[in-house]
Amino acid sequence: MLDAEEVRTFVQGTVHFFETATGHPATVGSPYLCIDKAAVVQDYAGVIGISGNREGKVYFTAPRGMLSVMLMCMNETDTGEQNVRDLVGEVANTISGNARRDFGRNFVISTPTICDRTNAATAAATTGRSFIIPINWRSYSANVVVCLQ
Amino acid sequence: MSAVPKPREQLRMMIVDDSNVMRRRIERSQQNDRLEVVGTAVNGLDAVTKFKQLLPDVMTLDLTMPEMDGIECVEHVIKIKPDVLILVVSALADKATAVEAIEKGANGFLCKPFTDDQLNEALAELIGE
Repeated sequence: MLDAEEVRTFVQGTVHFFETATGHPATVGSPYLCIDKAAVVQDYAGVIGISGNREGKVYFTAPRGMLSVMLMCMNETDTGEQNVRDLVGEVANTISGNARRDFGRNFVISTPTICDRTNAATAAATTGRSFIIPINWRSYSANVVVCLQ
Repeated sequence: MSAVPKPREQLRMMIVDDSNVMRRRIERSQQNDRLEVVGTAVNGLDAVTKFKQLLPDVMTLDLTMPEMDGIECVEHVIKIKPDVLILVVSALADKATAVEAIEKGANGFLCKPFTDDQLNEALAELIGE
């Protein structure tokens, strides 16, 4: 189970990602505990498996429109399906990888698995409760979901 | 009589990352006129295969990749071309990982996410500018 300090690591990592990668800051709402994780999965989710000194998943889930605009902010002209899926995985990878600054190198992250609404249950398939970190970026809303034992 | 300036050496660069968005971002954002992108690879195994053919002077290298990760890739390419300049570009932000990459033979470390300026500064430092 995460403590408040550990949640803060992911909040700070998320804020840093949007500010640096897109040039547009995100605001983060109050994290909350959630049982029905499938309900928070949006159009796409980039899922990172965590092993080593912690077990669980970290995922970033966002609507397609948001991901397309993020790509444009990164000067990417190809906002097709492949790049949208690629980006959602890269965001999850970056937020999870940055967390090693606080969790240490034994916080082992997998390469991303990409889910969409057709297999949202895959993203949500974790044991235990999850912290949802709501993200507001421009006119869009997304979530970072952290479920760690 | 003033000395004739020595022409600046052109360097061939390879980009290795499992993310297409990231590969394209690095290629698009790098603005050093000494660097020419000659190839890309999607994982460590692909990188080693292409490295043998292209023998680039400079490589940007992700660490977390399928098939073969970046640390193992460094070990392989250093044996093929010991003087290759490697900039690790990774989200893994712990110091121990950066130290390990440098010990294996990488020459620099840039943490994701990064701005265009940070990328160009890291590449300039890598090639000694």
